[in-house]
Amino acid sequence: MDTKRLENIANKKLTRRDALKLAGVGGLGLLVGAGGMGAVMMPKPASSNAATSTDSDAVGGIVPFYGKHQAGVITPMQDFICMGAFDLTATALADVRKLFQSWTAAAARMTEGKNVDDESDNPHLPPVDTGESMGLAPMRMTVTFGLGASFFDERFGLASKRPAPLVDLPHFNSDDLRKEWTGGDIVVQVCANDPQVAFHALRNLARIARGKAVLRWVQDGFQRTNAADPTGSTPRNLMGFKDGTNNPKVSEPAVADEIVWAQSSDDPAWMAGGSYMVMRRIRMRIEIWDRSSLDDQENTFGRHRLSGAPLGKTGEFDDLELDRKDGQGKPVIPAASHVALANMDGKVKILRRGYSYSSGMDLKTGQLDAGLLFVCFNRDPRKQFIPMQQKLAAADLLNEYITHVGSGLFACLPGASEGGYIGDTLF
Amino acid sequence: MSKKWVYPLSAVVLGSSLMLSACGSPETGKTETKPAEQPASNQAAPAAATAAPAASPELQASIDQYQKWVIEQTDQLVKSTEEFTNAVKAGDMEKAKQLYAPSRAYYERIEPIAESLGDFDPWIDAREGDVPDNEWRGYHKLEKALWETKSVADQGKVADQLLQDVKQLRVKVESVEIDVKMLVTGAVELLNEVSTSKVTGEEERYSRTDMYDFAANVEGANEIFKVLKTSVEAKDAALAKEIEDRFKALDQEIAPHRKGDGYVLYNEIKEDQVKKLSQALDALAEPLSKMGTILEG
Repeated sequence: MDTKRLENIANKKLTRRDALKLAGVGGLGLLVGAGGMGAVMMPKPASSNAATSTDSDAVGGIVPFYGKHQAGVITPMQDFICMGAFDLTATALADVRKLFQSWTAAAARMTEGKNVDDESDNPHLPPVDTGESMGLAPMRMTVTFGLGASFFDERFGLASKRPAPLVDLPHFNSDDLRKEWTGGDIVVQVCANDPQVAFHALRNLARIARGKAVLRWVQDGFQRTNAADPTGSTPRNLMGFKDGTNNPKVSEPAVADEIVWAQSSDDPAWMAGGSYMVMRRIRMRIEIWDRSSLDDQENTFGRHRLSGAPLGKTGEFDDLELDRKDGQGKPVIPAASHVALANMDGKVKILRRGYSYSSGMDLKTGQLDAGLLFVCFNRDPRKQFIPMQQKLAAADLLNEYITHVGSGLFACLPGASEGGYIGDTLF
Repeated sequence: MSKKWVYPLSAVVLGSSLMLSACGSPETGKTETKPAEQPASNQAAPAAATAAPAASPELQASIDQYQKWVIEQTDQLVKSTEEFTNAVKAGDMEKAKQLYAPSRAYYERIEPIAESLGDFDPWIDAREGDVPDNEWRGYHKLEKALWETKSVADQGKVADQLLQDVKQLRVKVESVEIDVKMLVTGAVELLNEVSTSKVTGEEERYSRTDMYDFAANVEGANEIFKVLKTSVEAKDAALAKEIEDRFKALDQEIAPHRKGDGYVLYNEIKEDQVKKLSQALDALAEPLSKMGTILEG
């Protein structure tokens, strides 16, 4: 096999089928030098990595980009996120459409572990792809696009198409929102089991956008990796507590339809198959939390720190019995604890898909700038996220230890079919 | 700080001795005594590997047109530098301050060419700390005297030297060999300069006249685009239009910062305006970096 072909293969990324073809031609030994082993040899994880769904593919695998729904919503959570919001500088709807068409093509390719586009052979041009993911496996990368309320202002003549559920979020008690972490015409959520693969995708989308849209904010995040926890137990947040135990089982289509996906009977029809994404950049007052007692911490969450079990119980998934009283007649789980309030009497649910973030330190105070990049999806935030957050913001014991510094509500577009593009039901 | 200072000292030494052996400058004594250094591979090798093909008649006409423009700019530079250095030598601080930024603009427009000529850039445009203190000379040394130490009493020699360097540059640009590749990369380099040190307000640390340099760099890039435009259009009409549109968009971001014949001081520009300038610049530089498409095959 000539080196040129080997390079091509290494550059293009090995799919399982490529690897088999290659093995037939030159033997598998050659692959070691081609840097493509990850895709071929990566073992399957011992079990699925999230309680929400079963993960049918290997760690390095491909989550299909095209489909009825966008990937990255009910997709079992990957290990890393790189999320950015854009403001449009383009003034014509045709340019916006072109941007979404280019983004769709690029995202679909990158999802498969390919370069953002075919490289030119002209040595006098900058490379088409930025290159840092060459030879890397797809790593279950997903790209998910959403539109902010400002997308529907007067600029593009789409005001009448603004979805009713895409409201302006009310001011919540304890919000301390910063302009630099809030809003945006478009949001792009990239998740992957590798941070470099995730960054590569967002970077190339930002590059494609130059002259049409500029970045407004970017935040990356992480959770424990599959390698650190092959059993796929519920991840812990930076306060040390298991986070996401009660997430709905969206692997069941009826559950996903009920909680996550906008239906064709919902208004507007063009959002059918889409969802509404909430982003909150929640800074944790890490230093204060670290000096609060175990009792305080457990009462704040309403769960035991080690097991994740509701207070007074032993198993993480044991039922919350919020009306259970102790010997003195006081609730075992404090009424203002995080789980008690977020439970909403079991009637209101959202799909949480949050990641921890760590962004260095606050230069003013020398304290860590770290916390939760809260991301959730719901079918109608007016009935789901907003009432839940209002309740939490008013009373949650956790509020002493957190500040919401960033915020965004986005209409997460329906999926695109091959040949179409993200947003083609709208414009 | 511009990237030209990043290459190792060996490259500077080699570059200058090559240049000096070619033109017999009075400065030769300084460099000739230095031992031979490693070849400046970071400059020479890529050029050898991807040398531009011989220019078509059309591209040659573009090159000639550009070179003519460079010579005109350098003529103006000599004239404006002479007025500026005369004011310095006359001890007329106010006049010198007024002339400082506009007189530099001619240099900022043709900077990639000056860089290609060896030591001229550090001689004319080094900022304090870019070169050893005892070798520091040029525009920014006078800038510091005018705005920071507020005395030009002992700057006569620096002024004379600057004028001499600029005059020598004028002589050199007559014979500089410009190829299309230089033009294409030069245009992007000018915008990179803006992106690295002008938009961040690091270039003119005492006078705060960064916007003059900003605008001049962009004008220099625009001139290159103008001479290549027909070729770019022939190869990729959409690209040519995109570049043109983004030059206009950037100009719109610059416009609010114009003041009289010049520009506002850097510290009068608000943080979000800096961001807008920077993003408009990136939006232009991205398609501009694709002008190399005219060199294909």
